[in-house]
Order: sequence, then structure tokens, then C-alpha cells
Amino acid sequence: MKIVQRSLKCLAIAILMFLPTSIFAFNAGEDGGQVSGKQEVEAYIVHHLKDSHDFNLFSYTDDSGERQHFGVALPVILWSSEGLVTFMSSEFHHDDNGHVIVEKDGLKFTKIHSKIYELEKGATAVSFDADHHATNASKVLDFSITKSVVGILLIGLLMLFWFSRLAKQYKKKQIPTGFGRILEPLVLYVRDEIARPNIGEKHYRKFTGYLLTVFFFIWILNLAGLTPLGFNVTGQLAVTACLAIFTLIIYTVSGNKDYWMHILWMPGVPIFVKPILAVIELVGAFIIKPFSLLVRLFANISAGHIVLMSLIAIMFTLKESLGVVGATSLSFVLSFFLLLIELLVAFLQAYIFTMLSALFIGMAVAEHDHEHEEHAHEISSDVEDVRGDFI
Amino acid sequence: MEPVTYNLIGAGLIVIGAGIGLGQIGGKAMEGIARQPEAAGKIQTAMIIVAALLEGLAFGALFLGK
Repeated sequence: MKIVQRSLKCLAIAILMFLPTSIFAFNAGEDGGQVSGKQEVEAYIVHHLKDSHDFNLFSYTDDSGERQHFGVALPVILWSSEGLVTFMSSEFHHDDNGHVIVEKDGLKFTKIHSKIYELEKGATAVSFDADHHATNASKVLDFSITKSVVGILLIGLLMLFWFSRLAKQYKKKQIPTGFGRILEPLVLYVRDEIARPNIGEKHYRKFTGYLLTVFFFIWILNLAGLTPLGFNVTGQLAVTACLAIFTLIIYTVSGNKDYWMHILWMPGVPIFVKPILAVIELVGAFIIKPFSLLVRLFANISAGHIVLMSLIAIMFTLKESLGVVGATSLSFVLSFFLLLIELLVAFLQAYIFTMLSALFIGMAVAEHDHEHEEHAHEISSDVEDVRGDFI
Repeated sequence: MEPVTYNLIGAGLIVIGAGIGLGQIGGKAMEGIARQPEAAGKIQTAMIIVAALLEGLAFGALFLGK
């Protein structure tokens, strides 16, 4: 009976995961109908990987040769040399090369490669040097609601809705309904398989909240990245770095006496090795651990998006040699199977991030048995007993 | 040769190394599970952690070499 229940749960998750797959494959066929050259495909992929100031769903070239964009403009919030400036991103008219200049409160702004620049006083157009860097414009502090921010807010609100609903149902002693039925086994999984064994029975409760939040945040945003909305939030270095810094702060703040002892003055080694080990441990705790967390998530998700979009681009790049039907069906089959792998990767990366966070926190709060020197003899004899059983 | 080509050779070497490492981890884990099927869950968890650490190293190298 339990197997039937579990397989039903798996089936529900699988169906939910298939939905975006089919929509994505369908939409990709319509998206960017005029993309043809290799450079154009590359530019499209690079543009997708970056954050953008407007929420563009698709664009096409109409009969009169004009580029038509379909999407939503987002607010641009800047802290310029004269204070706060806000306007809508539609005022840039989808220009990304510094041609369109927006004038607001006597200041001039332009957008070059997804970055907003403020022009110097008196300048009317951007001038570039040999390396295509703007010479008469400087970067401004950009607090805009960009596409990634929209994604984070959207997923945050959805999570708030789902989990508060789930909590309410538990308060009324109901069985969870709807999407809560998918969330419940995952919540239990994170608590019982990730938090409890890695952090330890005594402390795990305090950190389960953070681990659950991080797990669902990454997982749902990874899945959102596979929908035709085209979010690439967990593939932004800033987002993954921020998540890694959260973990860094948590395990640094909650580290106990033994943890700092093991970092700064490792017990049980010769005295001249201790300073060397302290340097290694400090670099490991403050640089390597968070760096490995942030690079892994960023690189996995970006690589997945690049490969996926390259496979979708097959239908344009191989159109001449394979014909429209051949290129489209090849690209459909390849991208379909890659999407299945990406669904696995979306879960796996959320799992690994949570798992390693739990492991690092567990290292920081682990309580060491101080009498282990006296008991060392007993333990080693225990080990021999166990070995004896095997041999 | 142009510097870009060297980059690509380096990336290839990284991928070969990571591939050998992942193969070792996966193979040994399979062996372990075959010997002791009841410990499959624990072996799998440990395998994923080690694979993740290796992957972090490989991605770090690719990232720095870019």
C-alpha cells in the first residue's frame, strides 16, 4: 500500500514537471522566428544568461521589417549623482547599445549591454574607445526591479502562499490538499534526511527553517528557469553568492568553542604544524566553502541553460542542411531529453546546496567528546571486535 | 596557436579529469551497493557529496580558466 502511495506521489510530481517541458518546447518554436546566423544565436544565448531590465517574452520582425517585442516593461530605479531617479524600462525602447538616451530630471541615462550608464553633463551621445568602453559615461547604482528580481519576488510570494496554506491545514489537523501534498514529503525529506543526520539530533531544529527555505527557493527557481518565462535567477552569480553568504554567516555565527578551536589551534598535532593548519582552515572556512557553494550552483544552471538553448537553436542553424522538419524534430527530441535531465539537475542542485549547508553547519555545532583521549583505548578495542565479526 | 585554443585544451583536460573522478566515485559506489544493498541509502548520500565536491573543483577550474 505504501508503495502505491509513493508511486502516486512520484507520478504527481512527474506530471507537474512535464507540464513546463511541453510548453517550453512549443513556445521555443515560435520564439525568435528570424534568428538565423551563428552570431545571432550566440548573442541571444548570452543575452538570456544575463539579467535584463524588461520582461521580454518573445520578439519577431513584422512584414514592414520592424522588430516587434512582446513583454512587460519593468521599473528602473537608479541612485544617480543627484539622488533617486525612477522611470519605466520601456523608455529605452529595447535598445542595448547606448543609442537611445533617456532624459530624466536633467540627467541623461543610457543602457549598454544590460548596464545603465549616466552621461556626463553636456554630452548628447555616448562615445566609445577602442575596446568599446564608454568614455563619457559612468555606471550608476542600480536598484531596478529587473527580471530576476521579479522572479525572486514571484517565487517568494508563491512559497509564502503554499507554505502558509500548508501550515494552516496542519493547524486544523487536516491532511494537506493540493500542492501541499507534493511539498509535505519534500519537507519531511529535508528534515529527516538532510538536517537531522548532518547537524545532529540536538541542534537540527534551529536550522531546519533555513535549510527548508534554501532548498525550496533554489528548487522552485531552478524549475522556473525551465519554463518559457525564461528566468535565469539561480544562474546569476549575485544570487548564488548571496545564498552562499547566508550559509557562511550562519555557520560562522553558530560555531561553538570546539569549532573555533579546531580552526585556530588544532588539537592533537605537533606545535609547529598548528599555525600552518590555522591558515589552511581559515581559508577553507571563509573562502573555499562559500566559493564552492556559489560556483557549483551558478555553473550548473548556466551550463544547463546554454546547452538547452544551443539545442533549441539547432532548428535554425541546421535548417539548410536538414530541412525545416528534420532540424525541428532533431532539436525537439534532443531538447526534450535534455529538459528531463535538467529537471533532475534542478532537484539535485537544490539538494546538494542544502546538503552541504547542513554539513557545514553540522561541523560548526558538532559537540566533541572531550574525554576521547582516555576512551581511545576502549574505542579501538570496539573496532577490533567489529572487525573480528566480519573476518 | 591562438590563446582561445589553449583555453579549450585546458577545459578538455579538466573534463577528462573530472570524468575519471566521477567514474571512480560512481563505480565504487555501485560496487559498495552491490556488496551491501541495505546500506544503499548511506552510500548514495556519501557518493553525491563527494561527487558534488569534485564537481565544485572542476567548475571552479573551468570558471577560472574562462
